[in-house]
Amino acid sequence: MSEAVSALDGVTFEGFAKVAETGLRGMITVRGDLASKEMMAAVKAATGAVLPAQRKVTSGDTGAVAWMSPDELLVVVDYDAANEAVATLTDALKGSHALVANVSDARAVFRLSGDSSRDVLAKLAPVDFSKDAFAAGDIRRSRIAQVPAAVWGNEDGSFEVICFRSVAQYVFDVLKVSAEVGGEVNHLG
Amino acid sequence: MLTLQCPYCGVWAEETELHAEGEAHLKRFGPDSDDADFESYLFMRENPKGVHLERWRHASGCGKFFHAARSTTTLEVFGTYSAQTLEPPQDIKDKISAKIPNWSWREFS
Repeated sequence: MSEAVSALDGVTFEGFAKVAETGLRGMITVRGDLASKEMMAAVKAATGAVLPAQRKVTSGDTGAVAWMSPDELLVVVDYDAANEAVATLTDALKGSHALVANVSDARAVFRLSGDSSRDVLAKLAPVDFSKDAFAAGDIRRSRIAQVPAAVWGNEDGSFEVICFRSVAQYVFDVLKVSAEVGGEVNHLG
Repeated sequence: MLTLQCPYCGVWAEETELHAEGEAHLKRFGPDSDDADFESYLFMRENPKGVHLERWRHASGCGKFFHAARSTTTLEVFGTYSAQTLEPPQDIKDKISAKIPNWSWREFS
């Protein structure tokens, strides 16, 4: 078995906020009827989490679940546990019209931390990142500069950005420029 | 800047997150249709001064297609609605009528 590596091998940048690639992460795309009890049971079995409401992220003992669209979820687990979670989900959704795919190696994840992380993101995406509009447990699919990305807020005040692996370097570079010392906005805090 | 609410994910998305997908409610004429119908399906488009029904896609968001009713002269948005429909819902029609009485767009009014 070849050694799996993340897109940018854990690169970090420290500006007025910290940008870090989080390394390998298990990510599973699940599509199907989100209102069905099979879906609820499948997600529970794979992560221990309840189904998230619109544009929310829920977490359980072994993973988190993000609402991506009215018929799509992103299940986030440990990288090594991804194949097992795929099997659990596939099994639980057997017989219903659904799709489960391991997309771990197709994505890159960045963590933004520091008091001014909101400003870093607000410069790059057409999204209201004020505290009232975007809190921990919220997810928003949008764009970062010119490429698609999703952002969610963690309980500790940090943010995570996921993008396609092929544009990982681009996303890291724009986050880096946005977080450069001298470019503080001090608007969203 | 045009801002539309995606009826699928509830996001107020601005224009750069969306993709314009042309006219709404096109009726497809496929095999066995006559040439005039097929031509109208392919090429004949509304270009109204006023109320317009359009198709949009929340391209950088949830990825869903939806419909929007807006005015091409004032840029006012009357509302957005699901793409799983053959005609604009009554509440959208009412909203347009409240602002522009006697409006019409193709067979809708």
